Amino acid sequence: MRSRLFLWVPLALFAFFAGLAGYMLTQDKTEFVESAMIGQSLPDFALKPAFDGLPGAARSDLVGGQPRLLNIWASWCLPCIAEAPQLEALQAQGVEIVGIAIRDRPEDVANFLARHGNPYTRIGADDISEVQLAIGSSGVPETFVIDAAGVIRYQHIGDIRESDIPILLAELEKAR
Amino acid sequence: MIAEIGLAALWLAAALAVLQMVSGALALRSAEGEANPLAIYARPAAVMQALLAGLAFAMLVWAFAVTDLSVKLVAANSHSMKPMIYKLTGTWGNHEGSMLLWVGVLALSGGLIALFERRLPERTMGATLAVQGFVALGFYAFLLLSSNPFERLPVPAIEGSGLNPLLQDIGLAFHPPTLYAGYVGLSVAFSLAMGALLTREVNPTFARVMRPWVLGAWVLLTFGITAGSYWAYYELGWGGWWFWDPVENASLMPWLAATALLHSVAVLAARDALRTWTIMLGVLAFSMSMLGTFLVRSGVLTSVHAFAVDPERGAFILVLLGLYIGGAFTIFALRAGAVAEGKRFSFSSREGALVFNNVMLSAILAIVLLGTLYPLVTEAFDVRVSVGPPYFNPASAMFAIPMFLVMAVGPLLRWKEDSPRRIRFEVLLLAVILIGVIGLVSFFGQFALLPLLGLGLAAALGVAAFLPLRGRKLTRVPVATWGMVLAHFGIAVSLFGMASEGAFTQERLAAVAPGGSDQVGDYTFTLQSVNPVAGPNWTAIEARIAVSRDGGTPVILTPQARNFWSPAQSTSESALLTRWDGQLYAVIGNQAADGRWQIRMWWKPFVTFIWYGGLLIALGGVLSIIGRVRVDMKRRKAVSLGDERRADLEALGTAPVPAE
Repeated sequence: MRSRLFLWVPLALFAFFAGLAGYMLTQDKTEFVESAMIGQSLPDFALKPAFDGLPGAARSDLVGGQPRLLNIWASWCLPCIAEAPQLEALQAQGVEIVGIAIRDRPEDVANFLARHGNPYTRIGADDISEVQLAIGSSGVPETFVIDAAGVIRYQHIGDIRESDIPILLAELEKAR
Repeated sequence: MIAEIGLAALWLAAALAVLQMVSGALALRSAEGEANPLAIYARPAAVMQALLAGLAFAMLVWAFAVTDLSVKLVAANSHSMKPMIYKLTGTWGNHEGSMLLWVGVLALSGGLIALFERRLPERTMGATLAVQGFVALGFYAFLLLSSNPFERLPVPAIEGSGLNPLLQDIGLAFHPPTLYAGYVGLSVAFSLAMGALLTREVNPTFARVMRPWVLGAWVLLTFGITAGSYWAYYELGWGGWWFWDPVENASLMPWLAATALLHSVAVLAARDALRTWTIMLGVLAFSMSMLGTFLVRSGVLTSVHAFAVDPERGAFILVLLGLYIGGAFTIFALRAGAVAEGKRFSFSSREGALVFNNVMLSAILAIVLLGTLYPLVTEAFDVRVSVGPPYFNPASAMFAIPMFLVMAVGPLLRWKEDSPRRIRFEVLLLAVILIGVIGLVSFFGQFALLPLLGLGLAAALGVAAFLPLRGRKLTRVPVATWGMVLAHFGIAVSLFGMASEGAFTQERLAAVAPGGSDQVGDYTFTLQSVNPVAGPNWTAIEARIAVSRDGGTPVILTPQARNFWSPAQSTSESALLTRWDGQLYAVIGNQAADGRWQIRMWWKPFVTFIWYGGLLIALGGVLSIIGRVRVDMKRRKAVSLGDERRADLEALGTAPVPAE
């Protein structure tokens, strides 16, 4: 009978999946799993430009003056396409948005911006997700509110919907 | 009344599913040669059930056609001002209606097999119908208990809230019905596999019975995926044709399993080998269909195809999955060991090549499954990830490339055993084409590795597809072989389209004032005017863009930015100019402060070949069905003629005399 053990493999795999899916169904789908870095100072970093058109991003670019948005995104990420018009709307309201492109290529970044608009003043290239991990972001897209002192004040997980714009504007106002 | 008739038909169909299940199970339990009196009801129950489920679906279509706003589903998803075609297609543009379509197709396939299939032993047939009834019953319960499409509103709504504008497109008329027919058509393969496993009758006859069903479902899936890909391409306005979205993957996985299954069932029919593997794939293919349904409707994964998400419904489908997939795998584990081993074969034979590609297809399936479920796994540990093309493309290419190579030479090999040296001319020819094309293309420009390999493989596969015809009299080649040649050629055509789109696409985003011009590829485009236009339930800004190739006669393209009012939503309607060697894709964006308009233009060389290829593959499948069914009919006729003659001779009292 020992040689027949492999016949049970499909069932075992399925049982694992079913257990996992069952567990996930019982979990609340909260959109707000906060980064442990909220309320803390932005870690130090300096990233090279993600493509030729805009300068790269460093911690010093986010400190001083008005509060800014730090947007973690990537050209290969679908929700980022959906988010693009909202970022442009925020930019139109005078918000400065600094981007960090995750594991991306310069030509793809340029294509994405040409196709979906460019709301950024700077975009740093985070090729190994080091800055992303350091600020406690676990996916793309995510958007952080950074105040003038360089403290992370608010984190938005997932794509920004139209209904999120007033929330983000209010958070920026609070961070002033 | 309409809704009540539909609901009653649905309940009756569910009751008949119980009868079918019990009666089929009794047929399975009765000993050889002795019929249980109740066993005769399985077939009529399946046929009646198909009629009733069809009636229920027709009633829902009717309610949508007349916009019966006292039905909750109609009020929530339709609108009296909508064009008739979208009222009708709106029937399945929502969770409940599409589930009813799903169940309707399930009942229809059960009815068809009950009506037409007479070759299998009654016990196997009984078991098959029992399984089909059991599966149908679960989904009737799901519809009736948690997703009733015929629910009435206490007070009829004054006006419906309309259909999602993205769905108000002719694509909705074709894409879901064909795709569902494909998904659910695989249920017959599932039931047959279970039936054969329960009675241990896994043999070439069984394979021949299963084959047209697998082929049919596979053709519909191929067509549905092709249509869906083209629909997403022009409707979303993003210029891409495949996004590795969970729902796209949910349709790709059953297709991969069905592709593997139809090749392994061919080996079983022709050579009586791969018995257990065929059963496994039969179970797997429909399991993937059900899994896809679960992923899409439970909301455990995020996707562009959001159905109304409801964890309770998710839990319900998960229980059904546990019953069907879990049950099937359990029976497989207990019984598959008892299925006698099939015939053996050497690695360098046609069976060997088919097995290799079966393994590759399964590996791609595993890659896609893993990528689709991975976010689910990490989310359980509170880590959110999004898996995209950087994973799917190279990971699936890793297995697709060796698969294409073997696919090129596999059909040239003989069954059972062959020496690779016999086909060394063909192998050499294909290698020269492959390397030649890759060398030629890379000589003219710098391209990414995958599109480059794709171009070379497409050329080699395109030639290889026709090699099995070499040295044969074309008029005597069986129809099914033509089907294979055409389907394999379709793969080459489609691959060429994908690689060409990946390698040669040119795009331009320009801010153009009316009267201004710009350029993309060989095309010059001039924005003539931007005007408001109105449709039956939308208003739009429409750009008139004159495009001309190398200064030739201009053609007008009219991309629109539409605003729908029920529900309020805006969509971007791309405008396409199709030429034999590619497509020009135009989208109009926003107006800048200085009055100029954003215009996006893509020139996509040979992009249409992706879908032409898909259609060729489906057509190859159709030819194959025709060929197989014709041969089977002939064989059946010959057998019954032989039987008759023997009976006649016996009646005359003379033993058949051997021919001299």
